[in-house]
Amino acid sequence: MANFKESASQTAGPYVHIGCVPTFAGLEGMYGGKDLGNTMITGNPAGKRITLCLRVIDAAGEPMTDAMIEAWQPGPEGSFGPTEGFNHWGRQPTDAETGEAIFKTLMPGAPTGQTPHILLWIAARGINMALITRVYFPENDNAADPVFAIAGERAATLVAEKTDNGYVHTIHLQGDHETVFFDV
Amino acid sequence: MTGLISARDLDWHPAPLAPDYRSSILRSPAHALLHYDPTETEMTGPTFGHNMLGALDDNLILNYANPGEAAIGPRIIVHGKLIDEDRRPLPGKLIEVWQANAGGRYRHKKDGYTAPLDPNFGGCGRCISGEDGSYSFQTIQPGPYPWPNGGNDWRPAHIHFSVFGDGFAQRLITQMYFEGDPHIALCPIVQSIPSTQAINTLVARLDMSNTIPMDIRAYRFDIVLRGRNQTLFENKMEGL
Ligand SMILES: [Fe+3]
Repeated sequence: MANFKESASQTAGPYVHIGCVPTFAGLEGMYGGKDLGNTMITGNPAGKRITLCLRVIDAAGEPMTDAMIEAWQPGPEGSFGPTEGFNHWGRQPTDAETGEAIFKTLMPGAPTGQTPHILLWIAARGINMALITRVYFPENDNAADPVFAIAGERAATLVAEKTDNGYVHTIHLQGDHETVFFDV
Repeated sequence: MTGLISARDLDWHPAPLAPDYRSSILRSPAHALLHYDPTETEMTGPTFGHNMLGALDDNLILNYANPGEAAIGPRIIVHGKLIDEDRRPLPGKLIEVWQANAGGRYRHKKDGYTAPLDPNFGGCGRCISGEDGSYSFQTIQPGPYPWPNGGNDWRPAHIHFSVFGDGFAQRLITQMYFEGDPHIALCPIVQSIPSTQAINTLVARLDMSNTIPMDIRAYRFDIVLRGRNQTLFENKMEGL
């Protein structure tokens, strides 16, 4: 019996790490001992190196310590690659204690018709279909971006904060500062 | 540059908040998802080559086992096709799986179920779809397991799947269940999916035609990702 509708989504569950970041999960030696997507800068690409520290906060105000976040972004010139020495895609688990997921990457450029941004995809226990959001940078004219504009008065939830240690961005699943999530 | 990706039918998928699945209560956005049509960002995505794969990556029976040993449990092949809603195969796409062992226990520090670990079973595998979208794993059938939710909840036996498409908008995580499992009807995670029809798309069927006699049984599980291009074309035709 043929089905031609998208397979229904199910939660990644609490053990997503076994499948996607097995070394982080403690499976010694699996896949050569290196988690896929762990390193975005693999060579010496041109562009500005940045650190993006993400946290995901649940409705109780607690950082989620069992999530997995993927990032997909343009390179410094705004193209989606491939780019020598750079992976446009990265994947990080949130830290079991701090809840932080840290991406060491390049500052994205502007794809045609858009402002520089990184697409984020968040999977975890309790999330029935992975959540899609974007992160923008405070130094840019983000209002000119068509997707940023759709977010209207909640668009501020999409902008990272610049700190001495790089960019920091907190994703709130609910509450007064609930981050904008997209159906795209 | 690639074409548009067909819109997601949000009513076909579980809603973010499914109160019977308690973890979703604190982890679901209260606002509706904001829609926009995919841009270049969502129509592109990472690519993965066969050269990244190890020889046993698609064999969960052996890929964590000591030399000469094997994971314990009913031996199965899980296979099928990765296609899109426009019925086209998706070749060269990364598929990652993870699962509990035959006793229902995960190799994970947060799993405290009394069923024992199998020293020869890690619980993950991966492969890249072939030219016709086909994929295949060898594994052992996972056991059902209890989980803290409503007091006496047991997950049906299942395998978690993470799948990439051409564009990031096609990215999907789901779970595969086994035909005939009475826990499917009882599980709040499965039942977060609104329709029986949609649930059935996640139920693998026993496939005797690919079973190897006296060796290993086969289950068939096709995976469908969002379609692209053709729908746009058809929509244009209707509009003329
Ligand atoms: Fe599971």
